[in-house]
Amino acid sequence: AAWKGGLRFQVSAALKEGHVTPTELCQRCLSLIKSTKFLNAYITVAEETALKQAEESEKRYQRGQPLGVLDGIPIAVKDNFNTAGIETTCASNMLKGYVSPYNATVVQKLLDQGAVLLGKTNLDEFAMGSGSTDGVFGPVRNPWSYSRQYKEKSVPKSHSEDKDANWVITGGSSGGSAAAVSSFTCFAALGSDTGGSTRNPAAHCGVVGLKPTYGLISRHGLIPLVNSMDVPGILTRCVDDAAVVLGSLAGHDPKDSTTIQDNFKPFELPNLTDVSKFLIGIPKEYHAPGLSSEILALWSKAADLFKNAGAKVIEVSLPHTCYSIVCYHVLCTAEVASNMARFDGLEYGHRSDVNKSTESMYAATRREGFNDVVRGRILSGNYFLLKQNYENYFIKAQKVRRLIANDFVKVFRSGVDILLTPTTLSDAVPYMEFIKEDNRTRSTQEDILTQAANMAGLPAINVPTALSERGLPVGLQFIGRSFQEKQLLTVAKWFEKQVKFPMIQLEEVKRHDHGVFQHQKSASFS
Amino acid sequence: QKVTVEVLDHLEHLALVDFRDSEGVERLQKAIQFADQLHEVNTDGVEPMDSVLEDRCLYLREDDVTEGNCTKELLQNAREKVEEYFVAPPGNIPLPKLEERETFLQGS
Repeated sequence: AAWKGGLRFQVSAALKEGHVTPTELCQRCLSLIKSTKFLNAYITVAEETALKQAEESEKRYQRGQPLGVLDGIPIAVKDNFNTAGIETTCASNMLKGYVSPYNATVVQKLLDQGAVLLGKTNLDEFAMGSGSTDGVFGPVRNPWSYSRQYKEKSVPKSHSEDKDANWVITGGSSGGSAAAVSSFTCFAALGSDTGGSTRNPAAHCGVVGLKPTYGLISRHGLIPLVNSMDVPGILTRCVDDAAVVLGSLAGHDPKDSTTIQDNFKPFELPNLTDVSKFLIGIPKEYHAPGLSSEILALWSKAADLFKNAGAKVIEVSLPHTCYSIVCYHVLCTAEVASNMARFDGLEYGHRSDVNKSTESMYAATRREGFNDVVRGRILSGNYFLLKQNYENYFIKAQKVRRLIANDFVKVFRSGVDILLTPTTLSDAVPYMEFIKEDNRTRSTQEDILTQAANMAGLPAINVPTALSERGLPVGLQFIGRSFQEKQLLTVAKWFEKQVKFPMIQLEEVKRHDHGVFQHQKSASFS
Repeated sequence: QKVTVEVLDHLEHLALVDFRDSEGVERLQKAIQFADQLHEVNTDGVEPMDSVLEDRCLYLREDDVTEGNCTKELLQNAREKVEEYFVAPPGNIPLPKLEERETFLQGS
C-alpha cells in the first residue's frame, strides 16, 4: 500500500493497527449524526451505502491492503456535488428528488481511495448565500452554539427565553460541511468556494477550510454557480488532513478542461520550525469597515507571532479590494443567469404541471423551483447582460477583475510569500440577528475578506485561531501564490501549531464513547 | 432612474423567471444601484479578464467517443418521456404578452 511515509489522519493509524474497524467508525459517525440531528447539517444520510463501503474497507484492512490513508475514513459531501445513486438537491425545490446518474470527479476520487461517504450536507440554495440559512431544508446550526465554551459565556436575556433561541449560524454557503466536520460526525468534508463559501463557515465553525487555486481541482460534477471562480473546497480539523485530501483530489481531469495540465505531486507538509525566510504581507485594505476590534487584535497578534519568530512582516496594499464585492456581484449574477438556464424541468429536476407551451412550462417550473435569492440573481444577471448594459456592467466588471488580480500579482512579485488577513468580520452571529438583513446584504458584508482570492484564483486557507469573548471560533486567513499550496499549507500548519486552537466541548459528542477522538488534545489529528 | 416596465417585462421573458412582487423589483433596483459603484473605477486601457487561466491553453482532448450508451440513466430523471425522447409541450407558442400573462408587472 502506498502510505507515503508519515500518516496523517491519526484515525488512519488506528485503522491500520486495528484499534478500530472501518465499520465501527462508520457506525459511530452515523450514530453521532443521528444525535446531532438538530444541527441540520445533513440533507441526506446514505446509511446503507456507507456501511457497505465500510465493510469493503474492512476487508481490505484485514488483507493488509488498504488503498491509502483515506481508506475507511468517513467523509461528507456538500449537496451541490453529484453523487451517483444519491439524491443531490442543492437545497432547492428545483432538484428535490434528483438522483445523480454519476459521481463528481472529486467524489469519485475519494471513493476510489476507499473513503466512506456518509451523506450530503446542507447549504444555502444553490450555494447562494453566506449563512447556510437559505436552503429549502432549513438553516444549519453552528455546533459551537451547543458547546460548553459558548454556553458559559452567554447571558440568558430572560428566564422564559427558550435556551435554544440564541443558536448561531455556521456561515456559508458550505455550512453543513463545516458543521459536520466541527461536530465530529465525519473526518473531512467537501465544500465549494466561489466567494468564500468554504473559508467563511470554516472560520465560524472552528475548522480548517481550504480554497485551492482555480484550476487545480476538477469541477466536473460540481453544480456550477460561477464557472470562472468556483472551486471545490476542503474542510478538515487540521491542516495536515487538508493536505492529505488535497493530495487525493488535485490534478488534471480530462472531463474539466479548466483544470491545468501540469503534473501534480501530492505532498507531505514539513514540520516547519524556522519561518525566518518568509515574507508575510499584511494588506491594509483588509482592515475593512465593520471588522470587530477582537479580530483586529487577533490579526495583529498573529502578525507579531510571525515577527517574533523571525519572519519578515510588512504592510502591503491591494488598492482595489473595496471593489471586489461589487465586481463579484455583477460577474456572479451574470454567470448565474447563464448557469441556471439549464433548469427547465425537461431533462431532470422539478417540472411544473403547466403544459400550454414550452416557455410557459419553463417559466412555471422555474417559478416553482427557485427561491427568491436565486430568482433575484438570475434577473439581475440578465439585466447586466442586456445589450444596452453589457459594456457598462459585465465588461466593466471584467476589467475591474483584472485590476483586482493584478493587485495580487504586484504584491507577490515584490517578494511577498504569503498574505495574512482576517477571514470574517466577526464571530458567528445568532440566527435571529442574521436574518434581519436580506441575503444580498449579508453576502456583501460577509464575503468582503474572502472574495478577492476567488477573483484572482488564488489559494487561500482559514486556520482556526482562537475563541472570541462569546466563546465562539475566530479564524485567520492565509492567501498564497497560484499553485503554491505546499508553501501555503506549510505556513498554515506552523501557525496552527503555535495557536493551539481549543477542541469544542460538546455534550452529544462526549456521550458517544468515541475512544478514537478522546486522545486528541487539540482539534488536530496529527 | 427606475427600470421601466418594458425592461422588466423583457427580463421576465429572457430569464423565464418572474419578479413575483414589488420586493422582487425593488431587489433589482438595489442590485443595479449597488453595481453602479463599478463606474467609480478607472479602467482605461484595461482589458477585460475572462479567466485567471488566460495565459494557458485549454485542454482539448481527441475527438473520440470514450463513453456514452447511458440513455436509460439519463431518462430516469425526466418526468415526461416517450421511448427515448424527452417530451416537451408545444414549442412554437410564444410566452403571452404582458397584458395576457399572469405577472405582477401587469399592475405596474
